[in-house]
Amino acid sequence: MSAAAITAAVVTAAESSEEIKGIQLLLPEAYDIFWSAVVLLLIAIPFFKFALPALQKVLDERTAKIEGGLAKAEQAQAEAAAALDEYHQQLAEARAEAARIREDARAEGGQIVAELRTRAQDEAARIAETAQRQIEAERQQAAVQLRTDVGALATELASKIVGESLEDEVRRSRVVDRFLDELEATTATSGKGA
Amino acid sequence: MPLASDEGGSGFHAPSIADFFPPPVLWEGTIFEFNRIQLVRLIAAVAIVLVFVLAARRARLVPGRFQNVVEMGMDFVRVQVAEQILGKERAREHTALLTTMFFAILAFNLTSVVPGLNMAGTALIGLPLLLAAWAYVRYLSAGVRAQGLGGFLKASLFPPGVPWFMYVLLTPIEFLTVFILRPATLAIRLMANMVAGHLMLVLCFSATQYFLFDATGVMKTFGALTFAAGFAMTLFEMFVGALQAYIFVVLTAVYISLSVEEEH
Repeated sequence: MSAAAITAAVVTAAESSEEIKGIQLLLPEAYDIFWSAVVLLLIAIPFFKFALPALQKVLDERTAKIEGGLAKAEQAQAEAAAALDEYHQQLAEARAEAARIREDARAEGGQIVAELRTRAQDEAARIAETAQRQIEAERQQAAVQLRTDVGALATELASKIVGESLEDEVRRSRVVDRFLDELEATTATSGKGA
Repeated sequence: MPLASDEGGSGFHAPSIADFFPPPVLWEGTIFEFNRIQLVRLIAAVAIVLVFVLAARRARLVPGRFQNVVEMGMDFVRVQVAEQILGKERAREHTALLTTMFFAILAFNLTSVVPGLNMAGTALIGLPLLLAAWAYVRYLSAGVRAQGLGGFLKASLFPPGVPWFMYVLLTPIEFLTVFILRPATLAIRLMANMVAGHLMLVLCFSATQYFLFDATGVMKTFGALTFAAGFAMTLFEMFVGALQAYIFVVLTAVYISLSVEEEH
C-alpha cells in the first residue's frame, strides 16, 4: 500500500469523470433550473399563501392579547390604588371622628364635674348659712330670754334685799334698766381692762 | 455515518465533480431530467414545508414546544436580519421573503449531512442561481418602487458626493456591482461553499473506508484519524450550512436596504 496506489486511484477517478468539466459547476443545465424552480415554488407557495400568514396572525393575536392583558393589569392596579386611598381616607376620618368624640366626652365630663362641684359648694354654703342664721336666731332668743329672766330674778332679789316691793311697774322698770346699764358698763370696763 | 457516495467495491473513491452530475433516473436528455440531486431537493422541500405547514395549522395563542421552536426561527430572521438591517418599518414587507429564503436554503444546505441524502440541494448551481435571481428581482423592484426608475438608477450608478469626472470610473463599477456582481456572488458563494463541503466530507469518509478495509497494518490506524476528521467536518458542514443561509438573507436584506435608501 503506497502513495502510488492512491495516486493511481485518483487518476482513475479523474479519468472516469473526464467528460465533466469544472466550468459545468457554474453553468446550469436546463433540467437543473427546471427542478430548482419546481422545489422553490413548492416551498414558496405554501409559505407565502398559508404558513407565514397563519403564524403571523397568531403572533399578532398574541401581541394584542399581551398588550390587552397589560392594560387590564394596569387598570386593576389603578383601581386597587384608588381603593387603598379611599380606605386610608376613611380610616383617617374615622380616627379624627374618634378623637373628636373623645375630646367632646372629656370636655363634657369636665363640665359635669365643674357643675357638680359648683352645686356642692352652693349647697354647702346654703347649709352653712342656714345654720348661721339659726344660731343667730337662737342666740337672739337666748339673749331676750336671758334679759327677761335676769330682770325678773334681779327684781325679785332686790325686793327681797331692800324689803320693798317694787310693785309699781314704772319704777320697777326703771330700777331694772339702771341695774342692767350698770352691769353693762361694768362688763365693758372689765372687758376693756381685761 | 454513511459515505457520501459509495461505489461498493474496494479502492479509493476520490471525490470529484462527477458527484454533482449523477446519472439520470428519469426522462434522460429532456428538460425534466431527474437525478439523485433533484430527489434530495424534493425531499428537503417537502420536509421544510411540512414543518411550517404543521406549525401553522396547529398554531395556538399559547405555543407548544414545536411551535416555539418554529417561532424562534422566524423571530431570528425577523429581528436579527430584517429589522436589524431594514429597520422595523421597512422590514415588514420583506420579512416573508427573507424568512422563506432562509429556511429554504437551510433545508437544502443541511441535506449535505443527512445520512442517505449526503448532498446539499444548493450544491448544484441552478438552485442558488434562482434564489439569487429572486433576491435580484426583489431588490431592483424595491429600489424602483421606492425612488422611481430614474431615481433608483441615479442613486445606484451616480453615487452623490463624488466629483463628476470620477463617474467615468465609478459608474461602470457600480453598474457591474448592482446588476451583475451582487446576484452572481450570492449564487456562487452559496454553491461553492456547499460543493467544497461535500468534497471535504467525501474525501474524509472515502479515506476512512479505504484505510479501514483496504489498507494493511499500521495504515489502518489512519482510518481513525480520517474518521475523526470526517466527524469534525460533518459538524463544520452543519455550521457552514446555517451560516451560508444566514449570509444569503443578510446580503439580500442589505441589497434591498441599499436600493431603497436614497443615499448610501
